[in-house]
Amino acid sequence: MTRLTLRQFRTEAVVGLVLLGALAILLAVSGVNLMNVNDAFRSACKAARDCATASNPVVNVDKPLQSALPFLATIAPALVGLFLGAPLIARELETGTFRLAWAQSVTRRRWLAVKLGVVGTAAMAFSELFTWMVDWWAGPIDAANKNRFGLANFGFHGVAPIGYAAFAFALGATAGVLFRRTVPAMGVTLVGFAAARLAVTYWARPHFASPARESLPLTTGSGPGFGFGGANGASVVLNPPHVDVPNGWVYSTAVLDKAGHAPTSPYMLHACPVLDQVSEQLAASGGLPTSGGGPAQFHGCINKLSATFHTVVTYQPAGRFWPFQWAEMGIFLAAALALCGFSYWWLRRRYA
Amino acid sequence: MIEFHLDARSGVAPYQQVVQQVRHALRLGLIEVGDQLPTVKEVVASLAINPNTVLKAYKELENLGLAAARPGIGTFVTKTLSDDSLAAHGPLRQDLQRWLSKARRAGLGEESIEALFRDVVRASSAQGVA
Amino acid sequence: MITVLEANGLSKRYGHKWALSECTLAIPAGKVVGVVGPNGAGKTTLLHLAVGLLQPSAGSISVLGGRPGTTAGQLARVGFVAQDTPTYAGLSIAEHLRFGAWTNPSWDQKLAEDRIEGLGLDPGQKAGKLSGGQRAQLALTLAVAKRPELLVLDEPVASLDPLARREFLQGLMEVVVDHGASVVLSSHLVADLERVCDYLVVLVGSRLQVAGDIDELLSSHHRLTGPRRDRGSLPRDHQVIGESHTDRQSTLVVRAHDPVLDPLWSVEKLDLEDLVLAYMSRAVKVDRRPKLEVRS
Repeated sequence: MTRLTLRQFRTEAVVGLVLLGALAILLAVSGVNLMNVNDAFRSACKAARDCATASNPVVNVDKPLQSALPFLATIAPALVGLFLGAPLIARELETGTFRLAWAQSVTRRRWLAVKLGVVGTAAMAFSELFTWMVDWWAGPIDAANKNRFGLANFGFHGVAPIGYAAFAFALGATAGVLFRRTVPAMGVTLVGFAAARLAVTYWARPHFASPARESLPLTTGSGPGFGFGGANGASVVLNPPHVDVPNGWVYSTAVLDKAGHAPTSPYMLHACPVLDQVSEQLAASGGLPTSGGGPAQFHGCINKLSATFHTVVTYQPAGRFWPFQWAEMGIFLAAALALCGFSYWWLRRRYA
Repeated sequence: MIEFHLDARSGVAPYQQVVQQVRHALRLGLIEVGDQLPTVKEVVASLAINPNTVLKAYKELENLGLAAARPGIGTFVTKTLSDDSLAAHGPLRQDLQRWLSKARRAGLGEESIEALFRDVVRASSAQGVA
Repeated sequence: MITVLEANGLSKRYGHKWALSECTLAIPAGKVVGVVGPNGAGKTTLLHLAVGLLQPSAGSISVLGGRPGTTAGQLARVGFVAQDTPTYAGLSIAEHLRFGAWTNPSWDQKLAEDRIEGLGLDPGQKAGKLSGGQRAQLALTLAVAKRPELLVLDEPVASLDPLARREFLQGLMEVVVDHGASVVLSSHLVADLERVCDYLVVLVGSRLQVAGDIDELLSSHHRLTGPRRDRGSLPRDHQVIGESHTDRQSTLVVRAHDPVLDPLWSVEKLDLEDLVLAYMSRAVKVDRRPKLEVRS
């Protein structure tokens, strides 16, 4: 039964290996390039002692690849589900060959278990190999950007993709059992997988652990977007500064007092009358420039407000990256197993 | 070795057709005493009929004393009909010739003679059913 | 009597529709059984229940003494060829044989190879490129090579040309001679079954109409023709299967074990097709037979 399954997916296996091989070569070439640029930067900034502030040119190397790969890595598990999962059972149901397979001396349970097990394992292995290669290649970029925990990047690092692939595969197989046709099963798999990924990313992952909160003095705030702005001519708002947590995951930044309230417009106008004078300017231009090089009034106001208000960062610390990876993988693996159980039950109920 | 054929439309049971064809072959001298009849597998492979039909036919031939089965080897002809057809039916042949002249004198053509003959044969064998 | 298939009140339902109702059968071993009936009568349903591709909604079925499709051992004793003889289009004939060898402990590789060679098929040929008749022969080989005690075939020759049909049935009969397997095959054409079957099962409208040894059925069913009469004039144990009357003449199809002695009836034998038609007409309950008896 194992050998038959491998034989049935021979074409897919060959295509997968060819793609992996091509990707490996591409990434090897580019990866080495990235490492060289990174190493050069590192030695240069060490010599100039500005490693903390200098910007690493590696983030601009092989730009097309940098844009394409995260996208590919994100959809790779979905493709696995589509081309390995959906046809797994659906093809046999729609061509009638399941009647040939079930006439042999293998029980339905063994037939399904081997199919799911063999191809599922291959799917997970492919996905992990793919992710590992992209992970390795992105090393220098991750070191420069320090953003692997972020929403966009989390999904193609570490071990979570194993879970994604298992889930997409199981979803495809189950859709195949339910709809008995490969093409509708593929459609359902695509939609279902996207929905699941989005749901977990935005609704589940933020709750894996309670985020940490840290208060920083308002005067140390920096970054684009920090500054006063006009909402509608008459009022003033203070846009919070950008806070970097290296390799952490920042949920939000806010300017709050000890009680957790943001500065209100009247309060700010009262504390900094000068803001009133420039309120039309605010409305027109959308904000005063940031602390980088703004008018003295801006700094004065910030100093005044910083007595009461702080920058509060809500985030997951970098150390939680791996626990989060395991948790996410666990969720998707558990869902995959549940789907496998369901498809077995459905198959037995409908046929034998 | 003789070959069988099956007429699905003849109304005669398949096993009877096999028996008749063996007897016919015997009469014509196509097979002789000691010859082996086609094996069940051979008949079945050429005619696509149920093996039990062939077995029934061969059993009937055995009952008629025309053949005998040798286990493990096959079924063999034990008696020929050629003599029967020549000597024993002499008187019958003459009777028939007389009747044919009568029928022709009565104005029956070949077709009508054959039809009349078949009708009478069928009616007399059907009497056994009712 | 060893039965190869026993069904008791066997029924299968899809939603509100009953595909098979209250089927009770006891098919003896060593027979070639023809299951005949119009399309949609329940033949495929019965066969699928017999090989474990379906579970009964009501009643029970046991094949070779066991529940169909449950264990590997049970599956090994029954060979099945589904309608339209599905095969893996991308696999070659040799790969199909290997598939059979891997999944059946009782597989006889030599038997399979000899059969393929005897049919003049190229083992390297992909199944998708075979003709309908060749695919049917491949499917039969796969079913036969595991040396089953029972072979079940669902309309195996329905879509084959006359030559392929004849060759398939020849091969099937050879298998019966060589291995002594019991066979159950279905068809909606009686002509296919007449030559090869010695046991008949007639299904119409999801119900069993009649089942029995063909010789016994043919000897116990008669067509009675006579002057216009009510059926009540017959002895009570004569079961009337079908009847048609003109103003002068009555024609009845009767099932009786004793001979019909009434001299007013002209008694004739039925051929298998007429017998099946009589049961089919009875099931439909509409007298569609023309006023004058037309023999086909």
